[in-house]
Amino acid sequence: MATFTLKINGTERQVDVDPSTPILWVLRDHLKLTGTKYGCGIAQCGACTIHLNGNAVRSCQLPVSAAADNEITTIEGLSENGDHPVQQAWLELDVPQCGYCQAGQIMNAAALLERNPSPSDEDIESAMNGNICRCGTYIRIKKAIKKAANA
Amino acid sequence: MKTSVNRRSFLKASLLSGGGLLLSFSVPASMLNRKSGSKAETVELNAYLKIHPDGKITIISPNPEGGQNVKTSMPMIVADELDAYWEDVTVEQAPLDTDSFTRQFIGGSQAIRRGWTSLREAGATARYMLMAAAARGWNVPVNELSTNSGKVLHTASNQSVTYGELASAAANIEIPEKIQLKKQNEFTLIGTSRRNVDGKKIVTGQPLFGIDVTAKGMLIAMIVHPPSFGLTLKSFDDAAAREMPGIKDVFPVNVMKEDYQRQHFDTCTFQEVIAVVGESTWEVMQAKKAIKAEWQPFESHSIRRQSFFGDEFTEDIPAGRENTSDHNATITSMASQKGTIVRSDGDPEYAFKNAAKVIERSYSAPFLAHNCMEPMNFFAHVTDDKAELKGPLQKPEFTERTLSERLKIPLEKIDIEMTRLGGGYGRRSYAHWLVEAAVISQRMKAPVKLIYSREDDMTSGIYRPAYHATYRAGLDENNNLIAFHVKAGGIPESPLYANRFPAGAVDNYLAETWSENSNITIGSFRAPRSNFIGGVEQSFLDEVAEAAGKDPIEFRLELLERAGRDPVGKDNDYDPQRYAGVLELVRDKSNWGRENHNYHRGVAAYYCHNSYVAHVLDLSVKDGKPQVEQVCTTVDCGIVINPDAATNLAEGAIVDGIGCAMFGRLTFTNGTPQQDNFDSYRMIRIGEAPKKIDVHFVLNDIDPTGMGEPPFPPVMGALANALYKSTGKRLYHQPYITELENKGT
Ligand code: FES
Ligand code: FES
Repeated sequence: MATFTLKINGTERQVDVDPSTPILWVLRDHLKLTGTKYGCGIAQCGACTIHLNGNAVRSCQLPVSAAADNEITTIEGLSENGDHPVQQAWLELDVPQCGYCQAGQIMNAAALLERNPSPSDEDIESAMNGNICRCGTYIRIKKAIKKAANA
Repeated sequence: MKTSVNRRSFLKASLLSGGGLLLSFSVPASMLNRKSGSKAETVELNAYLKIHPDGKITIISPNPEGGQNVKTSMPMIVADELDAYWEDVTVEQAPLDTDSFTRQFIGGSQAIRRGWTSLREAGATARYMLMAAAARGWNVPVNELSTNSGKVLHTASNQSVTYGELASAAANIEIPEKIQLKKQNEFTLIGTSRRNVDGKKIVTGQPLFGIDVTAKGMLIAMIVHPPSFGLTLKSFDDAAAREMPGIKDVFPVNVMKEDYQRQHFDTCTFQEVIAVVGESTWEVMQAKKAIKAEWQPFESHSIRRQSFFGDEFTEDIPAGRENTSDHNATITSMASQKGTIVRSDGDPEYAFKNAAKVIERSYSAPFLAHNCMEPMNFFAHVTDDKAELKGPLQKPEFTERTLSERLKIPLEKIDIEMTRLGGGYGRRSYAHWLVEAAVISQRMKAPVKLIYSREDDMTSGIYRPAYHATYRAGLDENNNLIAFHVKAGGIPESPLYANRFPAGAVDNYLAETWSENSNITIGSFRAPRSNFIGGVEQSFLDEVAEAAGKDPIEFRLELLERAGRDPVGKDNDYDPQRYAGVLELVRDKSNWGRENHNYHRGVAAYYCHNSYVAHVLDLSVKDGKPQVEQVCTTVDCGIVINPDAATNLAEGAIVDGIGCAMFGRLTFTNGTPQQDNFDSYRMIRIGEAPKKIDVHFVLNDIDPTGMGEPPFPPVMGALANALYKSTGKRLYHQPYITELENKGT
C-alpha cells in the first residue's frame, strides 16, 4: 500500500492502494468514477480508455504508480456539460445501442481529433481499431467522428 | 380518492398525490404465470402514465433496456395516442418489481410486438379522459373536441386547455369501455425518429450499468470455476489467498442445489464455484490467482428441469472432457445417419431418384460465446429477512423463484432492480451469477457486487451451440426445384425450423433433425437457431439457383410465388407475399443487375421473429482481403415506431452477423475453452465493418414485429454468397476466415 496523489479531471485526489493497481480500478472502485469501463483487462477492447496528458491510454494497463503526477481525464471530465464536440456528435447521430463501450470509444475519438483534426476513413479505422463494440455501432462511430471533426 | 378500473382493457385511473392523473395499465406479454408456471390467467397492471399538473408527462417503461431502444420506442407509442408533446415526456425505467411487471424481459424481439395494443390503448384512454374533463368544464359534447400536442381544443369556441390543467379532473372520469385508436395516417410520433432517451447519460459516463452499482460497505466478489467442462471442485487451498491484502473470505458456493427443479433459464454450468471476497476488484483478482484448487471429473448425472411452457423433464448431463475434434467426428457420424423426420411432403426419395440434377452440400458452425461487453455481474444485499438485488438481467421473473428457493426467503421479500444492460443477446437470461451474488452476500452478511472477469465470462458456458446442416436439392430437366431435403442437427441442440421456406414451395420436401448431448452448456443467442440455419440455407439456395441457371432473386421469387398460389403442406411458417416483398424491394434499391463491377455481390433473405429481411451485400478485395463495402437491407417489420433507432439496430445486427460468421469461434481441448479473452476470440473491428449500410423499410399498416434479431441470420448468407463471387469458391464452414485462409485467398 502506498499513497498517491492523482490529478483527475482537474482535481487532486488521494488514494491509498497497492502501487500495481491499474488506474481503471482506482477510478472505478476507489474514486467511484465508473464511467470508465472494464471490458477485457488485457488491452484488447478499449472500454477502459482515458486520457493521460491528452493521449488515449488503456487504463487497465496503467499502474497507479505510473499515473501519478500526470493529468488524467475520464469520460466524466471530458467536458463540463457533456458538450464536447465528440459527445454532441454522438448524441446527434444517436450512436449508442447498449452503450457500454461508448465511453471508451468517445475518449479514443476525442484524442484522435486532438492530434488529427480531420482524419480520413483509414485514420479513423486505425485509431479506433482497438475499441470493440459488440452491438456493432461502428458505422455511426465513424460518421460521428467525421461530424465532430467538421464541427 | 376515486379510482376507476376497466377490467376489459386492464386500466386503472387514480389521482396522483400532489395532483394529476395516474393511469396504470398492463403490457400483457408474459407467456407464463411466474408463480405457478402455468399459463397466465391474470393480468397485472405493470406500466404507468403520469400527467402532472405542470403538463409534464412521465411514462414508466416496463422493459429492461439493453440497446434495443425499447425505453424510447415504447413510450413513443403511448405518447402518440395521447397526442402529447414529446418534449414534455420523460421516461423512467420501471423500478423492478416482478409482482407487477409481467413482461420484464428482453428476448425474441417481442417487446414492441406484445406491448403494441396495450400501450396504444393506454395513451388513447388518457387522451379521452382529458377530453371528457375539458368537455365537462366547457359544458360541450366530447365529440366537438380535438387534441394537439398536449392540449385539448374546442375549435367552435376557439378555446384550448393544456393537459396539465386537466390532469386532476381527468382522474375522476370513468374509464371508457371502448376506445378508438388512431389510424395509421394519424400518427404524429410513431414513424418519426426520436433519440435514445438515455443518450446524454451514456455519453457522459453516468452510472447506468450493473457493474457501476455501489453501496455503503459493499464488498467485491469474484469466482474461480473449474477450468474445463466435465470437471467439478474436489478441494482447494486458500491459505495464501486469505493472507493477501483486502481479502475478506474465500469459500465454496453451491449454486443450484441438486434436488432443485430448475426452470427454463436455470442453466448453470458449474454446480460449485469458489467465491473470493474482498475490498476491491484488483485485490480480489490477485487473490484468485493464489488459490490452489483441485478438480475432478464428474460422473454422468441428471437434473430435473422445467421447459419454458412448464413441462417437467429430466436432463442428462454426460461425463467427460470434450474436444472440438470429437464434436466434429460426432457431427460427421450423425449427419451420415438417418435423423428424426419432422416433416415430409410428397415423395421426396422418389423425386430425388428421378431428378435430372441433385445438389448436396453440408454446412457447419462452431460454438460461439456471447461476449457482452459488460461482463456478467450483479449486486446483492441479502439480510435475514429480505434480499435486494440490482443489476443487468433479461428474465427477472424466471430467476426470482430460483433465488427464493435457494436463499429460503419468500418471493415477496425479494426485490430485483434492473439496470441498463451492457449487451444481452440472450446471455443475461441465464442468471446463475445472480444466484451466486446472493448466496455470497447472504454468507458475508454484507452488500456484495459479484463481477466476472472477461475470462470467467467467456469460459463459463451458455454458448450458441455447434451446428451442422446437410441440404439436398433435386432439379428436373427444366431446372425446376422438385425436391428439397434438409437434415440439420447440433451439439447439443438442432437448429432446424422445418416449416420455414422453402417448405411449402416444393412438392417433395423432407426435414430431418438430430442432436447429440454434451456437457457444454448452451443458451439463446441473438436469433436462436435461425442464426445458423438462416444463413446456410440462403447459401445453399444461392448455389441451387446457380445450378438451375437462374438469377438468385428470381429463383426465390418463383418459389415464393408457388408457395403463395398453391402452398404445399400445412403449417408453413411465413407469409410468401411479405417474404417476396422484401426481395423485390431489395432488388430495386440495390440496383440489382446494374452493380458496380468492382464489387462482388451476394443476396439473402430470411424470415424470423415475425419480420422479413433481405440483404444485398457488396464486397471488394484489396490485397487478397475481402472488405464489405456496402449492404443494402430491406425490412418488413410492420409499422416502424422509430425509424432511426430501427436502422441502428439493423446496422448493428449486420455488423455483428458479419463478425460472427467471419471470425466467431469457441473451441475445446479436453473440455477447456481455447479462447478466453479478446486476444484469442476474434471480434469484428471497425475496419472490418461494412463501409455503408442502407436500410429501407416496407411501408404497411401491419402491427409492429421484431427488429433486434431478424437482420442477423440472413447477412451471414449474403456474406458467403458474395465471398463466393469474389473467390470462386463456396464457403461451407464458419468461421469463414479459416476457410478462406485454408483456401489461400
Ligand atoms: S479493459 Fe482495458 S482494453 Fe479492455
Ligand atoms: S454499444 Fe453495446 S457494445 Fe458498443
